[in-house]
Amino acid sequence: MSLNRDQIAMRVAQELEDGYYVNLGIGIPTLVANYVPNDIEVMLQSENGLLGIGPYPTADQVDADMINAGKETVTAALGASIFSSAESFAMIRGGHVNLTVLGAFEVDQNGNIASYMIPGKLVKGMGGAMDLVAGADNIIVTMTHADKHDNSKLLERCSLPLTGVGCVKRIVTDLAVLEVKDGAFHLLERAPEVSVEEIQQKTAGKLIIPENVPEMSFDY
Amino acid sequence: MSGFNKVVSSYQEAMAGLTDDMTIIAGGFGLCGIPEGLITEIKRQGVKGLTIVSNNCGTDNFGLGTLLEDKQIKKMVSSYVGENAEFERQYLSGELEVDLTPQGTLAEKMRAGGAGIPAFYTATGFGTPVAEGKEVKQFNGRDYILEESVTGDFAIVKAWKADKIGNLIYRDTAMNFNPMAATAGKITVVEVEEIVEVGELDPNQIHTPGIYVNRIIKGSFEKRIEKVTLAKN
Repeated sequence: MSLNRDQIAMRVAQELEDGYYVNLGIGIPTLVANYVPNDIEVMLQSENGLLGIGPYPTADQVDADMINAGKETVTAALGASIFSSAESFAMIRGGHVNLTVLGAFEVDQNGNIASYMIPGKLVKGMGGAMDLVAGADNIIVTMTHADKHDNSKLLERCSLPLTGVGCVKRIVTDLAVLEVKDGAFHLLERAPEVSVEEIQQKTAGKLIIPENVPEMSFDY
Repeated sequence: MSGFNKVVSSYQEAMAGLTDDMTIIAGGFGLCGIPEGLITEIKRQGVKGLTIVSNNCGTDNFGLGTLLEDKQIKKMVSSYVGENAEFERQYLSGELEVDLTPQGTLAEKMRAGGAGIPAFYTATGFGTPVAEGKEVKQFNGRDYILEESVTGDFAIVKAWKADKIGNLIYRDTAMNFNPMAATAGKITVVEVEEIVEVGELDPNQIHTPGIYVNRIIKGSFEKRIEKVTLAKN
């Protein structure tokens, strides 16, 4: 069974460590906040200038001055700080954010990522994604393994214009968890009941398959 | 005006001197923390050929997006411009030039511009379309691209409180690009929710010192929200 969006987020949440500062992109990455393990503390960074994103507000708490980078209304968590965009990207570019989770159209075996531009379609812009991938030590990409026509999104070389080069370390797809290193995708785990053959078939780039590929575990 | 008192009483006075083909640096993130009344005044004046440096371009009927109706904008320098049908139309037809700039690079272009630094190296955008035509230099084995700073003929800024000599305090995430924009205008105009007497703001709490500010006007803000997202019960 391939994972749904929430299950991908649940698996990414297992990568969080106590004391991490984390930036979550729009889409599946945002869902990761719902699955932070109870026994650890993380602080979420929003690149519009908030460190310590709290829950969405109640109707009474809604404040137009308090939004996240997806322009949704939010609250500030206990211990939050608020700052300018320049300060925010000093944190990001300066490598102070421990983990960035973002979506992508394509990644390749050299850790390149394409996530903001499809030629011929309207380009809305990269927002903060280029700074985030250039600045973070640790980047996890969440995506479906293949598009709806079963074309792989894990490629030998990205075909779309890049967001960043040599930066993706780990990928969590609906089928697998993979590490990117030494010019190849290394298969670490497979989704429950998904075969290694299916993952191989849907991975266009170089895939290293160890002897034993455990199924992901979701019991915590 | 007298001495350091920078308070003006009309929007016309606030934006006096704005002419065609000028560059305006604008604070705001989406519709959050935007100088609503100053934008309305730019629309009323009808100046054209503007280059606007701002993270976003408002929506179809609010914020900077309203300047598209009368084709007042020649070029946008932004990181994300997706929320706007008229923007898309003018962009695709070639009437509107767009310089897509990574968000952190955009913030730093304003900050550096205001701080007298003409350009800076950043790893952001190396190996991507953003790097095209830009100098690349290695530091400690990593590649960086040279990005030029920006300054504007005007900067338009939204703050929460100002005293009469232009010391500013922002509120919550409505701060965003405003402190950098405030430093990067030849003429910096600030629209605020409240103007207080000199001495009422704690000097320790000032976000933007008054030296950067030329004109202050008290606005009344609608504060439209793009995505009201509520807690699930």
